[in-house]
Amino acid sequence: MNGTASARVWLLHLAFIAALVAAGFLLPDYHRGVFSRILVLAVFAMGYNLLLGYCGLLSLGHAMFFAAGLYGAGLPLYHLGWGVPASFLAGVAAGGGLAFVVGALALRTVGVAFMIVTMMFAQVVYLTTLYFTTWTRGEEGLVLPPAARRVGFGDTVLSLSDPTSRYAIALTLFSIVLLAMLRLVRSPFGRTLAGIRENEERMRMLGYDTFRAKLSAVVVSGLACAAAGAAYGLLFGYVGSGFASIQYSILPLLWVLVGGAATTLGPLLGTAFMFYVIDYASGLTTAWLVLVGAALIFVVLFFPKGILGTVRERWLKWLP
Amino acid sequence: MGFGPLLLLASLEGLVTAATLALMALGLSLVFGVMRVVNVAHGEFFMLGAVVAWAVSTAFAGHPAIGFTAALLVAPLVVGAVAFLAERLVLKRLNYDPEATIVATIGLLYIVQQLALTFYGADARPVQPPFNPRIQLPWFGYSGYKLGVIAAAGVLLAGVWFVLARTRAGLVMRATQYDAETAQAFGIPVGRVYAGVFALGAMLAAVAAVLVVPVSQAHYLMGRDPLLLSFVVVIIGGLGSLRGTVVAALLIGLSDGIISTLFFSPTLAKILATLLVALVLVFRPQGLFGTAAR
Repeated sequence: MNGTASARVWLLHLAFIAALVAAGFLLPDYHRGVFSRILVLAVFAMGYNLLLGYCGLLSLGHAMFFAAGLYGAGLPLYHLGWGVPASFLAGVAAGGGLAFVVGALALRTVGVAFMIVTMMFAQVVYLTTLYFTTWTRGEEGLVLPPAARRVGFGDTVLSLSDPTSRYAIALTLFSIVLLAMLRLVRSPFGRTLAGIRENEERMRMLGYDTFRAKLSAVVVSGLACAAAGAAYGLLFGYVGSGFASIQYSILPLLWVLVGGAATTLGPLLGTAFMFYVIDYASGLTTAWLVLVGAALIFVVLFFPKGILGTVRERWLKWLP
Repeated sequence: MGFGPLLLLASLEGLVTAATLALMALGLSLVFGVMRVVNVAHGEFFMLGAVVAWAVSTAFAGHPAIGFTAALLVAPLVVGAVAFLAERLVLKRLNYDPEATIVATIGLLYIVQQLALTFYGADARPVQPPFNPRIQLPWFGYSGYKLGVIAAAGVLLAGVWFVLARTRAGLVMRATQYDAETAQAFGIPVGRVYAGVFALGAMLAAVAAVLVVPVSQAHYLMGRDPLLLSFVVVIIGGLGSLRGTVVAALLIGLSDGIISTLFFSPTLAKILATLLVALVLVFRPQGLFGTAAR
């Protein structure tokens, strides 16, 4: 890739982040609140996209990494009174550790077996959150008190339940992960993953340790999803086993495929699109799931590579 | 009751689960095997079958067997028609791209589920079994209808095996599964085979649902758990292996029945069972009866 194209890509992403910063001041309160949520969930989608889009591994169990972050951060904060930064790090570490173990086992399988094995491990995590009801309160979940969700920097205290700081924190996390992903997928490691997606056998014959590369991808993906889970729990103050259910494993798949797999900005577009379709449809009719289903079918029929993937294919070939 | 009779009861309950699971998983396995489509809406076809069965059977007065027989004929036809339409209108246009069909069938799942909720409602409703003599075993009485379900599933599975292994239609399906392009070159209408297989898979789920409604009621969310279980069955059994599907359904059904009847903490037992099955897959990815992927 030559220098100008590379500069153009970085400029596009920085401009995108700048637009989101501006949106934080311009958006009405309701939409800013919705967008705080979308930005955090887009981090989840970006973590998922690294595996599905760039490495070609379809997992049906990513809710377990989100949940590892959610509980890894929420439980110490709630029961042990840890501070916000320590809880966040604990959540991310829990996700990374889980991803390493699950990846080492599940990557022995390929294709549909990989989907099913990841789904089953996720089901085990979900059932575990139900089993330890004494600490997790199962489906009902824990509400993290706003008093515990404060970070102090010297004299200033940042409250995570305040909408403005919530948007700022969500956007900061999103920007860090977005730029890290952009850097990652354009690095030799990212090219290796794409090579594995296209033809794993050939990569192995070329001398690449494909298992190791895939395991690294699973761990990085798990770390990003856990960061999203930890941030979600800390920012919105709720930890419940619903976030570990199969439904939450399917959602990032939808967001990524709708937005465009193997595009850096697709996960955010997909998440925002689905959020607003559901929001709009549930305002129109109580039978809103029909509209959501129809929207999904419409998108796959007319934007087969996802929104941004199709844009890239037809018009902007230089998009990353 | 002593341990022996309790185990027998648990096994009988497990057999009923296994019977419906085998039928449903076979539908999923056929669709995946022939078309390479992961049909996430398969559980909704199952639910739709049960809901139609309720609607049909309540429309008939008189002996419950009349309504049930009508349901057994009508429900698979209705569900098969819905599946056929979905295949022609959506899946065909996606060229059976694996990822796109997953999103499309999730969309289909949402639509069917919401329509069921809107027009059928959120209640669970029972269907009268066509016959239900109480079979008196030495230790307890057992539902004759449940034994009938096991027998009916056995007959249906044998029928599907006969069609696949011994008829021209089965040969066409197997040829398409093995190599769609070559089959096309030999004049097999691959598109129509795909539509037929998708409808057939949905009909198997619907039949399983009609059989199960008299013992478990019809509910708009009833598709979720059987869907997950049949995925597990299909993978454990090995793709495209009828024998593997039946054995895996027996394994899963029996362990499910025994675990939920005999153990003290069903959640812990479920965790261990899920982990065990996952590890079987990790160390034997091709399934129990499958051959290594081509």
